This record gives sequence, C-alpha cells and structure tokens, in this order.
Amino acid sequence: MNGPIVQPRVPAVPLLAVEDLRIGFGAHQPVSGVGFDVREGETLAIVGESGSGKSLTALSIMGLLPSSARIAPGSSIRFEGREISALSVKDARALRGGSIGMIFQEPMTCLNPVMTIGDQVAEALRQHQPLTRKAAKARAVELLDLVRIPDPHRRVADYPHQLSGGMRQRVMIAIAVACGPRLLIADEPTTALDVTIQAQVLDLIDRLRRELSMAVLLITHDLGVVAQWADRVVVMYAGRKVEQGEPDPLFARPLHPYTQGLLTASPRLDDNFHYSDGPLNEIPGSISSVAGQVGCAFAPRCAHACTACRETIPVLHHLTDGRQVACPVLITEEHRVAAFHR
Amino acid sequence: MSLLSIADLSTHFRLPNGALRALDGVSLDLQAEETLGIVGESGCGKSTLGKTILRLVQPTSGSIRFAGEDVTTVPTRKLAQFRRRAQMVFQDPFASLNPRHTIRKILTDPLVVHGIGDKPERARRVEDIVQRVGLDAGALDRYPHEFSGGQRQRVGIARALILEPDLVICDEPVSALDLSIQAQTLNLLSRMKADLNLSYIFISHDLSVVRYFTDRVLVMYLGRVVESAPTRALWSAPRHPYTRALMDAVPDPARRRHAAPIKGDLPSPQDVPTGCRFHPRCPLATEICTRVEPTLDRLGDGHSAACHHA
Ligand SMILES: Nc1ncnc2c1ncn2[C@@H]1O[C@H](COP(=O)(O)OP(=O)(O)OP(=O)(O)O)[C@@H](O)[C@H]1O
Ligand SMILES: Nc1ncnc2c1ncn2[C@@H]1O[C@H](COP(=O)(O)OP(=O)(O)OP(=O)(O)O)[C@@H](O)[C@H]1O
Ligand code: SF4
Ligand SMILES: [Mg+2]
Ligand SMILES: [Mg+2]
Repeated sequence: MNGPIVQPRVPAVPLLAVEDLRIGFGAHQPVSGVGFDVREGETLAIVGESGSGKSLTALSIMGLLPSSARIAPGSSIRFEGREISALSVKDARALRGGSIGMIFQEPMTCLNPVMTIGDQVAEALRQHQPLTRKAAKARAVELLDLVRIPDPHRRVADYPHQLSGGMRQRVMIAIAVACGPRLLIADEPTTALDVTIQAQVLDLIDRLRRELSMAVLLITHDLGVVAQWADRVVVMYAGRKVEQGEPDPLFARPLHPYTQGLLTASPRLDDNFHYSDGPLNEIPGSISSVAGQVGCAFAPRCAHACTACRETIPVLHHLTDGRQVACPVLITEEHRVAAFHR
Repeated sequence: MSLLSIADLSTHFRLPNGALRALDGVSLDLQAEETLGIVGESGCGKSTLGKTILRLVQPTSGSIRFAGEDVTTVPTRKLAQFRRRAQMVFQDPFASLNPRHTIRKILTDPLVVHGIGDKPERARRVEDIVQRVGLDAGALDRYPHEFSGGQRQRVGIARALILEPDLVICDEPVSALDLSIQAQTLNLLSRMKADLNLSYIFISHDLSVVRYFTDRVLVMYLGRVVESAPTRALWSAPRHPYTRALMDAVPDPARRRHAAPIKGDLPSPQDVPTGCRFHPRCPLATEICTRVEPTLDRLGDGHSAACHHA
C-alpha cells in the first residue's frame, strides 16, 4: 500500500456492539456468550469451527433467526447505539436490507427459485427506495454488472438454477449492497467462488467498504482471506469467543490452543505436501464432544488442558496489544501482569 | 482399462435467447483409484461436467464409458446400477437434502433403494458413517435445517460414501468447512479411498487443497479443458497462461489487498469468443489466437495444454 498510514479514528460508540449474546434451541445453547464490536468502516472477521455458532450470530444481528430460536435475556446487540435484539418484525425488516445488508452462506436457500434474478434485485431496491419499476430494473442491471455477472442485460432474465454456484453468490451480493448499507454481514461470501473471482469479490466488497464507508463483518474459514482483508479477527469455538486480535500477530503467535490447531491444520500452498506423503494434521476429536460438558469446551481435545480447564469456563483475558484470549494456560507471565494492570 | 472414459462430451442448455454451451467437447480418462482434480473459474462448467457424467443432466453429444460400458444412453432402469457405483457430493448441500427427512432417513434411503443389508445392518452402517464424517449419533434424528453449513456438507459426504461406490464426484466437498474439519474430511476421503479402492473426481476452487489431494488435474475454461497434467508437474511448471493466472490469484498472507491478477471476466457461454476462448483476457495473445482455436496438445510426461504459445 502507498501513502502514509492513517490511524483510523475510533468513535466512542461502535457501529455494532454485541454483548454476552446467547442463543438457544430449548436446552441446547449453540451460542453461549459472544461479544465483539464492529467499528465504523472496519472489516472484522469471524473464524471458527464448523458449528461454533458463526451463522447464528450473524442471523441474530439481522433479526433472521429461525422461529424456534430464543435470544436469552441479558444478551445485547446494539446498532448505532440502539438495541436491536428485540425489534418488532416491521422494524427489523426496515433495518435489514436498508442499514444492514447480508450475504448468506448458501445462496440457493435465499434466492427465490421462481423469480428472475433481475426481479429479485429490483424488488430489494423497491422495498427501501421509492423507485419506479423501470428505474429499479435499470439499477438492477447496473448492480449485476457491479458484481461482475457477465452479460448482465441478458442474465437479468435468468432464474437462479440457470446460474453457476459462484454467480448465485454474486447475485446475493448485489442484493445485499443494493441500498448502500452501513454494515455488510458476509457469511462465507467466497466459499462458492474460485480464486480469481474470490479476489474480485473481496476487492469489490472492500471497495464498497471504502466508498460507502460501510463496515464489514466477514465470516470465513479461509485464513488467507482473513490475513489479507481483515482489520481484526475473532476466533470462535463451541458458541464462545476464544481469541481476538489483529490478524498478523494472531497468526504469527496464536495463544489459544484451538487457534494453534487451526493454523497447523491448514494445507499450505507453499509446501509440496501430498496425500501420498501422509495425512494432514488434524485436531483430534470433534466439537460434538462438547455436549453436557463443564469447563472449557475445547478441553477434551486440548493437549494443554489442566484440572482447572475441566472445571470452570476460562475467562477472557485482555492483553496489552488488544489481544483477548480465553485460555489461562498459554498466557505468559508478562501477559498476566499486563492483564492485571489493565 | 480406465474406470471412466469420456470422449468429446458437450452439454448445451437451450435457453429462450439461444444455446448456452456449458460443456463444450471435454475428453478425459480416469484410472481406478486415481483422483482427478477439476479447477477453473466460476461458471466454466465444472458442476455441469460432474452432473453430466452421472447423467443427472443429459449430454448434447459425446460419450461416457464407465467400467467398459457405455452409459451415455443407458435406459433408466440400468441407470440405478450405475448410480450405485458412481455417486456425487453436491456443491449446495442444502438444496440437495430433503428438508422433510431426518438425517437417518436421508442416509438409510440409498441402502433401501439398492436393497443393501437388513434393518440392523443398515442401522449399523448409518451409525458408522455419521461417526466417520465427524457428526455425533444425536445428529441422526435431526433435520437438515438444524445443522450448520459445514455439518450439512458432511451429511452430503456421508450419503455419497454409504453405498461404498467405485467413483465419487466431489463438487466442492470441503469449501464450506473450516480448516480443521477440512483436514479431517480430506483425511477421511483418503482413508475411504484406500479402504474401498475409490476413484475421485474432485472439483474445487481451492488450489492448495487440489494440490494436496489429487494425482492429476484438469484446468477448465469456458466449457473446455485448457490444460491437463500430473499434479506435481502442474505446480512446478504450469504451461497455459490461464493456469498461471489462476495460481497467481491465490490469496497470500504476505500480500495485503492486492488487485486480482487476471483482468476481465469469464465471457458468457452463450457468446463464446472466436479462436482461443481465453484470448480477450490473455497477456500472451497474438493475431493467430483471435482466429484459430488451439487444440489440447501433448507436451510430454502426461502434460498437455491448449495454447498457441505454451
Ligand atoms: N434451527 C436449528 N435448530 C437446532 N439447532 C440448530 C439450528 N440451527 C443451527 N443449529 C445448531 O447450532 C450450531 C451452530 O450453527 P451455525 O450455523 O451458527 O454454525 P457455523 O459456525 O455457522 O458453522 P459452519 O461453519 O459449518 O457454517 C450447530 O451445531 C447447529 O447444529
Ligand atoms: N440448468 C441450467 N440451465 C441453464 N444454464 C445452466 C444450467 N446449469 C448451469 N448453467 C450454466 O452453465 C454454465 C456452467 O455452470 P456450472 O454450474 O457447471 O459452473 P461451475 O464451473 O460449476 O461454476 P461454480 O464454480 O460457480 O460452481 C454457467 O454459465 C451456468 O449459468
Ligand atoms: S492460445 Fe493465445 S490467447 Fe490462448 S492462451 Fe495461448 S497465447 Fe493466450
Ligand atoms: Mg455457517
Ligand atoms: Mg459448480
């Protein structure tokens, strides 16, 4: 990057503040105490084990949880300072698609199979802006072009099943940014995309972020993407935040044993390792072993677990460099002192 | 004898505004126990290739031979036999799982359809496979919508493997999974391959995964194969300019927010460029590239590329 490095201004009230978020289905509580801030104009990434509650967290911000889900009392989600965890259906609808846009993990589940993509983008526009049918249609073509759907004039008339997986994802992006949101939640936005389009889409999201001074909450499992695009990253495991920090120091020196396992599990492009040479590193066990367990959810899979880990849920330590980690074991003495004096 | 042999396969979709050439003259051979990777840009026809091979989509022309038998035009009743031996893991797991069926039913049905085992045997197999893909037994009595994206993808993998087929076409099988589950899943797929002598066609846009997991790779561009090579050879010496561009586009933690190295977009398969299909975006293109379509030429050592200047 060129030019002087400008320190972003940190406004007093973050754009989005999630605190002690708990989401349950009956006795099952897949999100059990998650908190983070998203500042204006920044990209915050969430990574974590499959099933750790990333999508549910995103859906709760959008007011789109399944009807069987309950947000527990004491949970808080504030957007521009206003509590939005218990909005009426009408207010929630006004917020989403307007001030908050979302790109969903599985595009097919959110696109209407019997409506052309052009009509779907136009409808998203007309829900929040007073546009004529014709103007909305023209704007839809522009938006499809913006997300690089080839031949948008022709493609507006296509139905979702006529598009490839990657094109459907780009249509979702067009719908999400149609009304110029303040916050874009992107749940695995590039999972269905190949590397060239992935780079273009992330570049596009980042350009929109700068041009519309929009913040981005990016859920992804691609650590290369996090390193390249995120300002800060939250690591989740079994419904909780286990670590948070800036990508470079976090990847260089992960402090939570789960983050460490995640980093060694990644097949690296630069080494010529092949399946015929042997299996990939895995973190032994699975997240499903959590059920009914007290203490740290990662303990059954953790090489460092001690008695205390199996008895009490580790508190989140705040370290000097903005790092947060929910593990007492691997924090050094120097860190402890820093945490104490905070 | 190859397990699967495809010659000049094309799948064109007829649309009101003209034909869409999703797959346009693809040939390939897959040996038993081989893993063939398919890479290429979104919309280049990878899923269509997979679905056409399994006859989920009807080819426009060309032939598909499986274990020596022509399956291009087999009647529906014989198709069932073929599908027992050749399975697919679908790209969009949610769209391919019946929302009204429990995971137990989703996994038991293929066994029932193909008359495999008695009731206790089926139950045993179903419990074994969910555990192997890393879901707990409690998952069996839940419905697809109660799972996360990555968990659903593992249900799709379990459904494909439960019949112990010879060939599995995996369409982005790990792209929805976090890295530790990716590693577990790839290790599972390679153990299953060794246990069952499986062959895979492995569609993925994650080049690091393809490099680790495949023996040979086909690079597709706009419905065609532009390069084919043993995996190691492709990484040490990619020959087609498109392959090189793909490799350059991989996000690299060392480079922050760089621009995409490949300019422009995949043209519409309804409007295929003349000559070499890649010429409008190619840094090496010359006059001949705009007129003459390059053929897939052998370059030695099992490496071939379709480029006038490779
Ligand atoms: N409707 C539902 N009913 C019951 N349980 C649910 C429901 N939706 C999600 N869950 C459970 O909540 C947990 C968290 O799901 P979520 O979709 O948030 O995971 P995720 O972190 O996004 O995972 P992935 O990376 O695989 O997408 C999972 O274990 C899932 O089984
Ligand atoms: N049923 C269909 N009707 C019309 N067009 C289709 C149909 N299925 C696919 N196509 C078109 O065929 C082309 C190839 O699609 P395909 O799904 O095979 O791409 P892909 O390589 O798998 O892409 P991705 O990486 O995005 O999944 C695309 O232009 C797509 O829009
Ligand atoms: S044939 Fe020409 S246009 Fe096509 S890839 Fe080779 S150099 Fe580029
Ligand atoms: Mg998810
Ligand atoms: Mg596809």
